[in-house]
Amino acid sequence: VATRPAPRRRADFGRLYRGREGQWSWLAHRVTGVAVILFLFAHVVDTALVGWGPRAYNRVVSVYHNPLIRLLELGLVAAVIYHALNGLRIMIVDFWPRATDRNRQLIYGTTGLFLLSMIPITYLIVKPIVEKYL
Amino acid sequence: MAIESPEIKRPVHRKDSLPTDFPTRAGRQPPAGRGAEFWWWVFMRVSGVVLLFLVNFGFVAVRWQNPFWQTWDWLLLSLAMIHGINGLRAITLDYVHRPGVRAAMNGLFAIVGLVLFTLGTVVVFTFDACKWPGLSAALRASLHC
Repeated sequence: VATRPAPRRRADFGRLYRGREGQWSWLAHRVTGVAVILFLFAHVVDTALVGWGPRAYNRVVSVYHNPLIRLLELGLVAAVIYHALNGLRIMIVDFWPRATDRNRQLIYGTTGLFLLSMIPITYLIVKPIVEKYL
Repeated sequence: MAIESPEIKRPVHRKDSLPTDFPTRAGRQPPAGRGAEFWWWVFMRVSGVVLLFLVNFGFVAVRWQNPFWQTWDWLLLSLAMIHGINGLRAITLDYVHRPGVRAAMNGLFAIVGLVLFTLGTVVVFTFDACKWPGLSAALRASLHC
């Protein structure tokens, strides 16, 4: 059960605390979160173009049909799924502190679920690109 | 952990996990008390769960004729935007140490978030595909214009 920690000083831990798997999941959560909010900024603007009619909208949205951009889309889906699964793990250890003792196993579990879910998603997104351009 | 400070008593490491009373327990420590920081902490977790159920894709023109999907997408926009902006704010708490710079960055995040939230809200609720110029007869029919 979590007790209130002593005041944390930068000298104690620095920027990289030595949390092993926990540290990397923390980093990945941060990076995927920033990637998703940056996409959301762009996505609000591109969707707002529906107000200018189908021609303007379709022209801008056609950018998303570019094969390179579609690969980025795969990255976006991966970021959202990782952030969602890892977010669930964070909530488990936050609201049920005893789960912290199994944090490492939970991290491997969420990472495994993430990788598994990416198999069909990668297939679905990459297959049309390969069929069209290769 | 380069410098040992006397006031932090370090528990013995177990092999596979950190003890729960270790200063860097897993997850972000809930902020003390019941102030704004605490409710932001709760919000990040609750909105995180709700966002799990909202994420979806669809064709805009047909979708936004339905008030249910308008509300759905607006909720998605609101929660994702607030969750994301607060996430950016949490990052400045870790890396931006000068109060003025931090306030300026967070102010910028807030403004960008508010502008895009307003734009998104207007678009979701005022969009009328039937008013599109040069709409094909087929699309017009499928939209029941």
